[in-house]
Amino acid sequence: MKKINLEKVQEQLNYYIGEPAYLHLETTNGAYATHHNREAFNVGAFIRNTQITFNQAKISGDASNYRVGLKTEQGWVYAEGLREYHINEQAQLLLAGHDLQGRLLVTIELSKHPFDN
Amino acid sequence: MAHKHVVVIFPHPDDEAFGAAGTIARFRAQGVPVTYLCGTLGEMGRNMGNPTFANRETLPQIRQEELVKACQVLDINLEQLGYRDKTLEFEPKRDVAKHLYSFLEKIKPTLVISYYPGYAVHPDHDAFGAAAIAAVELIEPSQRPEVWALAIKKDKEKDLGEPQIYYKITDTFEKKYQAIVAHKSQAAGILGGINQGPDQLDAIVKNKLSTETFYRWEF
Repeated sequence: MKKINLEKVQEQLNYYIGEPAYLHLETTNGAYATHHNREAFNVGAFIRNTQITFNQAKISGDASNYRVGLKTEQGWVYAEGLREYHINEQAQLLLAGHDLQGRLLVTIELSKHPFDN
Repeated sequence: MAHKHVVVIFPHPDDEAFGAAGTIARFRAQGVPVTYLCGTLGEMGRNMGNPTFANRETLPQIRQEELVKACQVLDINLEQLGYRDKTLEFEPKRDVAKHLYSFLEKIKPTLVISYYPGYAVHPDHDAFGAAAIAAVELIEPSQRPEVWALAIKKDKEKDLGEPQIYYKITDTFEKKYQAIVAHKSQAAGILGGINQGPDQLDAIVKNKLSTETFYRWEF
């Protein structure tokens, strides 16, 4: 993945506006947070291959913390802490944030077709 | 006792390397066949290599290749069960147990190694360990294999006492190390530190992972 280029990502987000898209949204601090530190809590959530249609999409922020907001007819999808992006060979848009050891903290992904499995 | 066939049941590619590779290598050195029933592809792992080279969508294929390589290093048979990472605790235990039993029925192992339910930290570990024990319970008592359960929870000794099986894996350490680093996307992140060279990894594995212990499961 490369460092986020705001214009390029915005262009990609625009491409998904107004038509059903498949969403993967996830945040995690791993399954061992409490194991390694009794005062930490395991926290995570993911949703995969949910179809959504949004009529507004924007990336905001700077290199230290980009945010993405997708406005749907009935609500919002939000992710923060994004710093890297990648468009893969299936033309899926992947946005993510990692910690200093390269571990995934947050990711939001959009695709015109379902994500594999 | 001399074992005829060992079946290892863990949910994630790399569980076998970190938890039991020294023991597995020891059995292989004695000529005992070992089959690994691996539950998932670790699709939801957060380690993406260090520096990062995987992403959420490429990780499954990368971990698939790493798993095959680790099994080649350990010279063991691999069966992949096709569950999804993080979801094992939500599958009906009975179904997973029957699935595992279908392999045990064919292989007829004399020893099964899995996680100790409730003492294995990760929900997938606990769920798959519980299903493995339920699978063995489907076998008639006189035919049942021995079960060694791996507990990794801190202070496990308070509840469980000292593990009955304890291996200092000096002789098979190199194999364990090679199996761990075969899981390239996971090894550096799990073992900690940034940009560590192979020498440092080797030291971490030696210090932290040079013993393997198991509890003998009482039915």
